[in-house]
Parts: sequence; structure tokens; C-alpha cells
Amino acid sequence: MDYQTGFFYLFAAVLLYAGYRVITARNPVHAVLHLMLAFSQAAALWLLLKAEFLGITLVLVYLGAVMVLFLFVVMMLDINLDTVRQGFWRHFPLAALLGAFVAAELIAVLWVGFPTITEAVGSSAAGAANYSNTRELGVLLYTEYLYPIEVAAVILLVAMIAAIALTLRKRKDSKAINPNLQVHVRASDRLVVLPMNATQKAAPAAAAAEEAKP
Amino acid sequence: MNLTLGHFLAVGAILFAISVVGIFLNRKNLIVLLMAIELMLLAVNMNFVAFSHFLGDMHGQVFVFFILTVAAAESAIGLAILVLLFRNKSSISVEELNTLKG
Repeated sequence: MDYQTGFFYLFAAVLLYAGYRVITARNPVHAVLHLMLAFSQAAALWLLLKAEFLGITLVLVYLGAVMVLFLFVVMMLDINLDTVRQGFWRHFPLAALLGAFVAAELIAVLWVGFPTITEAVGSSAAGAANYSNTRELGVLLYTEYLYPIEVAAVILLVAMIAAIALTLRKRKDSKAINPNLQVHVRASDRLVVLPMNATQKAAPAAAAAEEAKP
Repeated sequence: MNLTLGHFLAVGAILFAISVVGIFLNRKNLIVLLMAIELMLLAVNMNFVAFSHFLGDMHGQVFVFFILTVAAAESAIGLAILVLLFRNKSSISVEELNTLKG
């Protein structure tokens, strides 16, 4: 048992514990923090598999951006924990049984299906001194997968526009000025000259009689 | 005992099962559901990277790259919908999403 195996068991144990805490944590903020732990351990496992670029991308993109987005949203929402957690542990035994069943089946199939593949069978080029995972990935991405990567860029753009369009709202109490209206204003909109006579004509006889009476 | 492909596949399988259990348990909390989906995608990515390494084929890692892209877009739109939902209903329970009577 070499040190890689030891590190594998350490990372895998922490990863599974963090995953368990994500789904059972009482406070959603704790769930997000455990999800961050799970992603960091997964990145470490990928480094063991010599997928350096993807491991670092997972840390940068997921821990740095997506998880912070989750944290923002969790802290913005005012969630009533008691109603959310109602009946949680009542369903736990059945769900755990089903989960154990799913895991056992998957492991049985995968362990029997791929028993003999070890490090020796796989990547022969990966052992070379000047081998670069990032370079290999980049060459593949920009030659063979050029069209899919453009599609991925469009997907990200669409996601950004959709997220902004969904959450945009007009505030009713805002006192902001519309610059368009400001630029297009004319003098007649600002200043209206009302006709007001400086002197008034004397009232006719009825008014004069009214004045003379007392 | 050296590391084999089975070790990594087993970790992916257990992680996938944990997230399935999470979807069963957290039906009242939409945000934990989104997190369980993220965990599920991580389990699948783990399998892709493991196969890519042990079979010496880089195409698996390229696929992980695209899964990461789509997962980021999915979580951004999902959280936007969640915020919108909370603004309208003041609750994130899945069981109260019955306005469409579907």
C-alpha cells in the first residue's frame, strides 16, 4: 500500500462524509459549506488521477464562483427551518435503504465489470517527463472539439442573459431619471407662458352698483 | 494493494447514491435539491475522469469540461428561478408549487 492509496482513502472518506452532511445538514448555509468541502476533495481525487487541469478548474469555477452564488442565494432567502425540516427523519430509513441498494448494485456491476484495469494498462504517454495534461486537453479542445466549445460558449451566454432577465424587476419606489427623456426635452415642456393681463378692465354697471350700496 | 479503476468507480457510485437519498429526503427544500443535483453531476464526472485516466483516453476529460459548463449554466438559471419563486410565494417548498395544477 503506497502513499497514493492512503491519500485516496483519506480524500474519499472526507468526500463521502461531506456529501452526507450536505443532504442532512439542518442549516442550508452549513450544507453549502459542506458542498464546498466535497468539491475540494473531489478536485484532490482528480489530481491523483493526473487530471490537473480539471482539478484546478473545479476549484476555481465551482468553489470560486458557483458555490459563492449558492451561498449568496441561501443567505438572501429567509427560510423557515422548522417547516422545511418537518418529517425529515421519518422518511430517512426508507431513503437510506434505497440509497444503499442503489450503491450496492452500482458497485457490484462496476467492480465486476472492470476488475483488472490498473495503472499499468492505461496511459503510457502520461508517464513521460514533459507530459502536460493541460496541453493535451487544449490541443483536443481547439482542434477536434472546436465546434462543441463554441456551442458551450453560447450556452453560457444564454444562461447569463436568462438569469438576468428572470430576476430583473422594476422598482416602484425608485426616483431614478430616464436619460432618454432628459435628452429629448424641449423648451416648451419646461416653460409654459400663461397670458396674464397686468391691468383689468373695470367691471360693468352691476358691479359698480354693488359697490355703491353700503 | 494498488489503486484500481474500481476504487474510483465505487466512490462515484456511493456519491451518486447519497445524492439520490438527498433528493428523497429534501423534498421541502428546493435549494438542497439543487445541491444534490450538483453532487450527482460530480459523481458522474468522477467516473469520466477515472475512465479517462485508466484507459489512457483524453476524450473523457473533454466531456467533463462540457459537463462543468452545462452544470454552471443550470445552477445559475436554477438559482434565478428559486429567487423569483421565493419572491412570489415566500416559500421554497416543492409541495407548494401546485399553481399549474399539473
